Amino acid sequence: MDLFDKFDPLIAERAKMGFLDPDPLNIVMDEVLSPTEAMIAGRRIILAGTNNYMGMTFDPDAISAAKDALDQFGTGTTGSRILNGTYQGHKALEAALEDFYGMKHAMVFTTGYQANLGIISTLAGRGDYVIIDADSHASIYDACSMGNADILRFRHNDAADLARRLGRLPKDAGKLVVLEGIYSMLGDRAPLVELIAAAKAAGAMVLVDEAHSMGFCGETGRGVAQELGVEDDVDFIVGTFSKSVGTVGGFCLSNHPKFEILRLACRPYMFTASLPPSVVASALSSIRTLKYADNRRGHLWGLVRKLHKGLKDLGFTLGTKQVESPIVAVCFPDQEQMFGMCQALLAEGVYVNVARPPATPLGLYLLRCSLGAGHSEAQVDTIIAAFKKAAEKLGIDLSEKPRADAAE
Amino acid sequence: MTNAGAPEGDVYSRICRLIEPFNKKNVPLTPQTTFASDMDFDSLTVMDLVASIEDEFDIVLPLNMLPDLESIDQVARAVQKIRKDV
Repeated sequence: MDLFDKFDPLIAERAKMGFLDPDPLNIVMDEVLSPTEAMIAGRRIILAGTNNYMGMTFDPDAISAAKDALDQFGTGTTGSRILNGTYQGHKALEAALEDFYGMKHAMVFTTGYQANLGIISTLAGRGDYVIIDADSHASIYDACSMGNADILRFRHNDAADLARRLGRLPKDAGKLVVLEGIYSMLGDRAPLVELIAAAKAAGAMVLVDEAHSMGFCGETGRGVAQELGVEDDVDFIVGTFSKSVGTVGGFCLSNHPKFEILRLACRPYMFTASLPPSVVASALSSIRTLKYADNRRGHLWGLVRKLHKGLKDLGFTLGTKQVESPIVAVCFPDQEQMFGMCQALLAEGVYVNVARPPATPLGLYLLRCSLGAGHSEAQVDTIIAAFKKAAEKLGIDLSEKPRADAAE
Repeated sequence: MTNAGAPEGDVYSRICRLIEPFNKKNVPLTPQTTFASDMDFDSLTVMDLVASIEDEFDIVLPLNMLPDLESIDQVARAVQKIRKDV
């Protein structure tokens, strides 16, 4: 028995997709020119699918801080946070996060994936319950598989369904409700006011993952919980440095007086090497910048409104009826059309993400655009024009809507 | 109840009714029919089915039990056990 036999269906499906040139599943950026442009297969391409929401990857302060840290602290820590992998930079970064979020305790992880994996699987043990949204990110599902708690799933963004499921649980059991500020595939927002009210009524603790909302939602960019004024009822905020912060890493914040003990219990925190000093330094620099980045936030929202309207006017079906986030997901009826459009867009000089079930909800095939504050109005015009030309090239009839306003 | 393991016909038939809307390939249902190999359900479909089973019987059927529930009969037994334990 070959252990790889189980992958035969996937191998067959990959072969069926063909190997296009350039291949949307095998994009290599040979040069990155700015937060919004790269050289792909010898062509200059506008990046419209990189989650670089605040355009921070080439921020001069973040780059110089990283270079200084390389000179002073070397290329890596070669150790775990609990042994030799905590430098003054890691502590300064945690202090900066506490300041940014106005919360008492911060833990920095090596990736955002590990932050969810570690916090959820450690907090909820045998006999406890984790209640997650049906559209949760893979890191949340994987955290549930890793831990020993009983796992329940409620209908996406449905507070009444959450309340009904919580109502079936034993009153005195430990409960953790896991939510996301913005869901990354369709870019739709969570109604946190109603969901958190349902959780609190059942005595559950609440974790909100603000990975796709940090930087540009809320007055100082803390995310959707800040924007909706429900931060005081959130027990844990999880986030990432790999989107608006422009580097890599993850974090969790809490005001719980016993939070620090997780450093000695959370395996994805303890048994992996800590972030290298240069990454820590650029994250620290960018987080301080983001707090006061009102102009960038305003610019970004203007661009997203323009893209959303432009694509909607062309007749494309979008993931959300209104602008809810910097993510504009364009829906297609099948995989062939999605890949065809992606390739045609590359030929027009625009890169977007392909996304398909089961990563997407409702069985949707998506081209997922995400804009950043680094984009210009002119680039957004180019992106809209590229969608128009690509659809014409493929002969797609935009009056035939595959699925109207998917997130409704 | 002496024979606690065997599902009552009522539980089995109610579960079959809940499966129908998901059974796109119209696979004939028997107690031994499996969700993954026979009906070709992906993980999301199975989780949606679990939600409707929970609502039908007003029970909690945690997702972490799913790896052990491959066939309709196994689910029916699990539902019956959960109802008795409550």
